[in-house]
Amino acid sequence: MKGTNIGEFEELVLLTVAALLDEAYSVAICDELSSQTGRTVKLGVVHAVLNRLEEKGLLDSHLGEATKMRGGKRKRFYQLTISAKEALVNTKSVRDQLWERIPTLTWKNI
Amino acid sequence: MNPQNQNQPPRWAQKFISWYCKPSLSEDLIGDLNEYFYRNVHTLGPRRAKVIYIIDAIKFLRSYTVGTPHFLNHIINHIMIGSYIKTSGRNLMRNKLFSLINIAGLAISMSVGLLLIAFVFDLHSYDRFHEDGERIYRVNSIQTTTADGSRKFPSASIKTGRLIRENVSGVEEVAVLRDGFAADAEVGDHILPVRGFWAEPSLLNVFTFPMLEGNPHTALRDPYSIVLTELAATKLFGYEPALGKAIRINSSEYLVTGVIKDVPFFSHLTFEALVSLSTLERNSEAAADFEEWTAMWQNYVYVLFQENADMVSIQSQLNAIAENENLGLEHTAVHLNLIPLHDVVVGEKLHRSEGLHMMSPNIPPKLLWAFGGLALIVILSACFNYTNLSMARSMRRFKEIGLRKAIGANKNQVWQQFLTEAVMISLAALLISFLLFLVLRPQLIYMAPELQQLVKLKLTPVVIFYFILFSISVGIIAGFMPAIFFSKVNVIDALKNSSPLKIFKKVSFRRGLVIVQYTLTLIFITTTAVGYVQYKSILAFDLGFNTENILNIDMQGNNPDLFIKELGELPEVSGLSRSTIVTNVGNAWGGFMKYSNPLDSVLVMTNEVDENYLALHDYAFIAGGNFITRPTEAKAVSEVIVNQQVLKRFDIANNDPEQAIGKEIIFSNAHGNGRVMTIVGVISDFHYGKLDNLIEPVAFMYWTPEVPATVNAKIQSNDMPATMAKIESAWKKIDRVHPFKAKFYEEAIEEAYSEFSIVIKLIGFLSFLAISIASMGLFGMVVFTTESRLREISIRKVMGANSGNLVYLLSRDFLLLLLISAGIALPVTYFTFENTILNNFPYHTPVQLTELLVGLLAVMVIACMMIGSQTIKAARANPAVVLKSE
Repeated sequence: MKGTNIGEFEELVLLTVAALLDEAYSVAICDELSSQTGRTVKLGVVHAVLNRLEEKGLLDSHLGEATKMRGGKRKRFYQLTISAKEALVNTKSVRDQLWERIPTLTWKNI
Repeated sequence: MNPQNQNQPPRWAQKFISWYCKPSLSEDLIGDLNEYFYRNVHTLGPRRAKVIYIIDAIKFLRSYTVGTPHFLNHIINHIMIGSYIKTSGRNLMRNKLFSLINIAGLAISMSVGLLLIAFVFDLHSYDRFHEDGERIYRVNSIQTTTADGSRKFPSASIKTGRLIRENVSGVEEVAVLRDGFAADAEVGDHILPVRGFWAEPSLLNVFTFPMLEGNPHTALRDPYSIVLTELAATKLFGYEPALGKAIRINSSEYLVTGVIKDVPFFSHLTFEALVSLSTLERNSEAAADFEEWTAMWQNYVYVLFQENADMVSIQSQLNAIAENENLGLEHTAVHLNLIPLHDVVVGEKLHRSEGLHMMSPNIPPKLLWAFGGLALIVILSACFNYTNLSMARSMRRFKEIGLRKAIGANKNQVWQQFLTEAVMISLAALLISFLLFLVLRPQLIYMAPELQQLVKLKLTPVVIFYFILFSISVGIIAGFMPAIFFSKVNVIDALKNSSPLKIFKKVSFRRGLVIVQYTLTLIFITTTAVGYVQYKSILAFDLGFNTENILNIDMQGNNPDLFIKELGELPEVSGLSRSTIVTNVGNAWGGFMKYSNPLDSVLVMTNEVDENYLALHDYAFIAGGNFITRPTEAKAVSEVIVNQQVLKRFDIANNDPEQAIGKEIIFSNAHGNGRVMTIVGVISDFHYGKLDNLIEPVAFMYWTPEVPATVNAKIQSNDMPATMAKIESAWKKIDRVHPFKAKFYEEAIEEAYSEFSIVIKLIGFLSFLAISIASMGLFGMVVFTTESRLREISIRKVMGANSGNLVYLLSRDFLLLLLISAGIALPVTYFTFENTILNNFPYHTPVQLTELLVGLLAVMVIACMMIGSQTIKAARANPAVVLKSE
């Protein structure tokens, strides 16, 4: 199933949204991602991904309060949906299983 | 810019985002960008922040952010084209009569519009093939003389061209053309008449006449060089290359130095050959005044200006040149002015110096506007029909509109619906009118040879585009009033089944339309009648001499003696004479005459004729008689026969014809300067020019072989075709090269006024259309009124009214409208003719009441038939049948 599989960047964004709790809006997500991963993350990319995730039903959004900082425009806050949580947990468990199957010996040979 | 503004994101970028972005996304997107912006202002400075903002704004233009355009939504949700088309279609089918009247009327009237569009389009495509056409101007000369006042000619002197080339700044190239190159070109034993211009080498640089063979820069440089068009070259040399070959013209050898592509149809200059102007400079044939400032009759000067040339300063430089040259002149002055190449064809009508070969097409914009106006009247008349009938029938559609409004249609939508309907009808009419256009096009083009040479009326995509545009605008004009009217309908009134009487509120408006329509129709038809009568009276006008059965044969350069001998042997030819020109058809031939005062020189029109001419044409002598001497060369001509105007102009012998005989005058023209001539005869005044000219001084002189010849043959024959064949075979004996060119005098006169006949035919056609459209409209209105009053009539009938009363009752209103129209139209036509149009014809016959009444009668009869047929039908209807259904 294509819908429940998520890409690497999508996974990062979802995790960031979860980590930021109530403060998850595009600019904050962007900053957080930049500081956590160390790569430059463009707003355009994040915006597109947030939009796509919302279309897939992995994110919910609502508009917040207007702030002066944004020229009177409201922020759009994101929240994970149940299916996002499932998708994340699913991804994590797949990885954990794979990790566990790697014997310690293998690492030494690399 | 204030500092606060400095630190704001660019306004237009924000607007740009909210323009393209989906409304659901735009707010937080702009917010995000703003946040970054303020951050960037601190770290990178306002300038770079702005740049980044703008770049981001553009970068966010992606498939997921862009919303469906607003206007698309608008159309899909609001216009409901499908529904409108359906209701319009049903409505059309339900009222077949009204639909027929509307579509037929619009189609007929629009065909006129289509013709006019194609015509104007053709006129505006003249001379557009010249690459530098925008920068090419022709120099016009304005001659001011004490006698004639100011007259503007399209020609200019050769000296003008030279002066402009030398003295005026901003000029890139000057080209002088000399009119009148017409000769027989001989190649071996092949003889072909060719016509064209003498031209300067620069001509091929100024204009775009692509050269197929030869060098365009030098082709016209050397004397005796000739450049042929492709067609002329093929005619002369067949398919052999013409370049470098020799052509004999008038016993001189000319060298073909170039072949150019044929001159396009839409060119005001038309020629078959160009001969280098330098040929004339060393040719003895050149007139004595070749280099004179005032010799402006035969040449055309075209100037190619540099880009961004200052036309104001150029005009003042031209004025300075003219001032300087005019210093040496007395009684006359020549001024120069420029006309853009693209305004030559559609532009001011200029005087034409006589005897020129070049026939440059010219349509004054005023004429186009006038015809545009007339066509508009016919079209408006059809639009009025539409307006009138749709509004009259409005009550039948009230329910529909009420319902539409009740379920949420707003004013705009109703109005759009009715406009759509009108535009649909006009587009349907366009199909029919396009067919009409195809039928009418050849009729128009072949109406006159002039039109055949002027336009082609070819269909191009652009023309078709304009047709459609035109049709849509006609639809909008026609549907405008009904659309406004219906959009104002009150829902409650509409659904309450209110009485139809309420709807007749707009009745005065509709009456007004009918009056306007009929007034215009009447003006049209009376104009046609009056114009036709005037035209006939011009043709039958007593010119002061007799033109009956006289055949004028153009000798085309041949000596007439032999031909006259040949014709003299034919029994059908009862009289023969020679003359230089045919008068009264617009030709003129003249020179300057002086009497006792050496400074008073007057342009006098002349005709060189032989001793038989005056008797053949029944000119009336007042005093003196025919020529006494028979000179054989122009220099020896010493006698002149004048009309009364000459005596009056110079006050010769106190205006007494008997005393004037034997007086001497001095006459100068191209064939002799300062010849002293004795007046041997005085004839009464006659019309030398066309009837729009006043009678002016005219002199007859003896014909000598130096001047052109026309043979005038009086013919008495019962079998005209056989006689003409005999004359033509006589012509073949003396000239094998040129086709026989002969015309009866009366035909020539008719042709000279062909422009009037064209105008009358056109107006006649338009008035026919106008009357058909108006009648159809009236018919529709009558049908509607009688139908809606059928019950009333039946009740009246039951109460005892007779048919006569009822017909009167029903038709009274309409007849009143027609009478009001007639009361406006007839005086308007009468005064327009008497005070404006006919003022140009000093010798016109006054407008008669009969002509006016004939037009009125025709319209009235048709209208009464329309009204009568319907009202009588209604009045005869059996009241029992009508009232039973109630």
